[in-house]
Amino acid sequence: MKVVKSLQSAIVAIAATCFTLSASAQDNTLLGAGSTFVNPLFSKIFADYAAKTDVKVNYQSIGSGGGILQLTNKTVDFGGSDAPLNAEQVKKIGVPVLHVPMASGAVVITYNIPGVTAALNLTGKDIADIYLGKITNWNSPEIAATNKGVKLPDLGIVVVHRSDGSGTSYIFTDYLTKVNPDWASKVGKASAVNWPAGLGGKGNDGVSGLVKQTPGAIGYVELIYALQNKMGFANIQNKSGKYITPTLESTTAASNVELPPNAEVSLTNTDAPKGYPISSFTWALIYKEQNYSDRSAARAKMLLSLLWYNIHDGQKNCVALNYAPLSKSAVKVAEAILKSATYNGKPIL
Amino acid sequence: MSDKNKRLDLSYSQMKWETIFKRILIVMSVIMLLLVAGTLVTLIVKSMPTIKSLGIGYLWGKVWDPVNNVYGARPFLMGTLLTSFTAIIISTPFSYAVAIYLGEYNTKGWLSNLLKNTVELIAAVPSIIYGFWALFVLVPIVRSFEMKIGVTPYGVGAFSASLVLAVMIIPYAASLGTSLIRMVPSPLKEGAYALGATRFEVIRSVILPFTRSGLFAGILLSLGRALGETMAVTILIGNTSAIGNTFKDVFFGPGNTMASVIANEFSEADHDLYYSALIELGLVLFFVTVIINLIGKRIITKYTNK
Repeated sequence: MKVVKSLQSAIVAIAATCFTLSASAQDNTLLGAGSTFVNPLFSKIFADYAAKTDVKVNYQSIGSGGGILQLTNKTVDFGGSDAPLNAEQVKKIGVPVLHVPMASGAVVITYNIPGVTAALNLTGKDIADIYLGKITNWNSPEIAATNKGVKLPDLGIVVVHRSDGSGTSYIFTDYLTKVNPDWASKVGKASAVNWPAGLGGKGNDGVSGLVKQTPGAIGYVELIYALQNKMGFANIQNKSGKYITPTLESTTAASNVELPPNAEVSLTNTDAPKGYPISSFTWALIYKEQNYSDRSAARAKMLLSLLWYNIHDGQKNCVALNYAPLSKSAVKVAEAILKSATYNGKPIL
Repeated sequence: MSDKNKRLDLSYSQMKWETIFKRILIVMSVIMLLLVAGTLVTLIVKSMPTIKSLGIGYLWGKVWDPVNNVYGARPFLMGTLLTSFTAIIISTPFSYAVAIYLGEYNTKGWLSNLLKNTVELIAAVPSIIYGFWALFVLVPIVRSFEMKIGVTPYGVGAFSASLVLAVMIIPYAASLGTSLIRMVPSPLKEGAYALGATRFEVIRSVILPFTRSGLFAGILLSLGRALGETMAVTILIGNTSAIGNTFKDVFFGPGNTMASVIANEFSEADHDLYYSALIELGLVLFFVTVIINLIGKRIITKYTNK
């Protein structure tokens, strides 16, 4: 009997701790989940914010798809995603969701051609043709035409893509879909597609590992990853016909265009004359109507203030961490989006 | 009186513990059974959408296209079977040799212990370490080998994955084999020696026939490990769902296995049919493992009855 009694009291004690923990978690801890890409930036911003305001944020970097699922199940206050919701996800959620831009990222084309150290100039159409398996040699006339003065060897191209589903692949295939009709009809855009050619590497490090050690390889990685690992990359021709070197500035410039009021827009193949064409926002996703599942008005206000901080003061952390900060027009649109969030139909901010 | 009562008491509590212990054992076994059954039911229920919309064609479809919702598991089924069986073929001579050497030739002493521990250590190394080691050390060697024999020098592919898998699965068959060979009754061996048999003859005609089914069970254990291995294979297989046209292309070129497709694509499977297609892949892997194990069990009973 003694054993049973002590067991009982132990269970009561554990339950009590759980209750107090969850109660305190509800008071001043916001929950988020999603994009791994934005995680380093979020960690820094949220740490600063916690020091200032006593509001803690628990962000789980489980991938964009997972973040959207958690938001759909209403287990988090916000989701992080590198791609806007697709039609099926919108249908599943059933209520309006706001896409608040948090920062911009870019995807760069990296390659390994022995003897070539100059940055290549590539057009989007040629990149798509390479990934379709139509251009198979580095000395092909299409590549030579945009790289006069560079001596390209007679070397087969080994295409390397991401094997795991990822926002990076989404941005890349979204760009190829826009610039090459053949790609659009045969492959399309998604975080994982049916790649017509080449090898798959897992993660940025898997792709860069394969590119580094395979002569003739071409691959794509996040700009951050390329900058941190000091990798070489190609200049890409944008819509205005200029060859743009991927940098934080040219990535920010890509979003400096007339944006639609919901910011649910793909920035690839941007109209901005100085913008790098393979760039994208990363978004925080929240419900437009914040009164759901017994949430308090105070909690909704807390979430909105956090995101307001992210698009203003938080932006100064971007450059140090190799993220491209939001452009002026993007900040303006993000402000309007945050102001459109409601609690019981009334604006919160 | 009281003395008698005490003894009765004792035997009562003994009986009680006996029942409790037996019940715990039963509950544990039932939980195991429920776990496996539960896994199977979950896999079937969650893969219902693709089973309904694609039917049996899922198994031999060649195209895996999440954008257009076309799913075919054949490239991955082939990849899994190809890499696993190649790995078994490469690893079996090594694991048998280790088992015979440690079980019969060198059963005691520091060399024997060192070798035994080293082989067991192979099983303890995390597979991600094998994966990256192979990517940076083995793959360049395979690539130069491929250049010499005139196939496209990708380096990564089914061949590289099989090589690493072979190393990873050696300990399973080797450890089991060592213990079994050491358990061969010495009167049998001594009898053979007394008749003038050499060591090799004893191994061939006494030890191997006596341990045949056990050694085979070890191979089966290794095969199970190879079928499900994910991380190292994902790094080395090349991850493409296109099937090569010639055997050379398939064997040396990039491919994909069921486990690595699930590992790669599951976290970002953003629509229902895609998600369900990946779970059905898990279901297929489940059945492949079960079928291979059943066949193995049949072979073992057949040999043991002889």
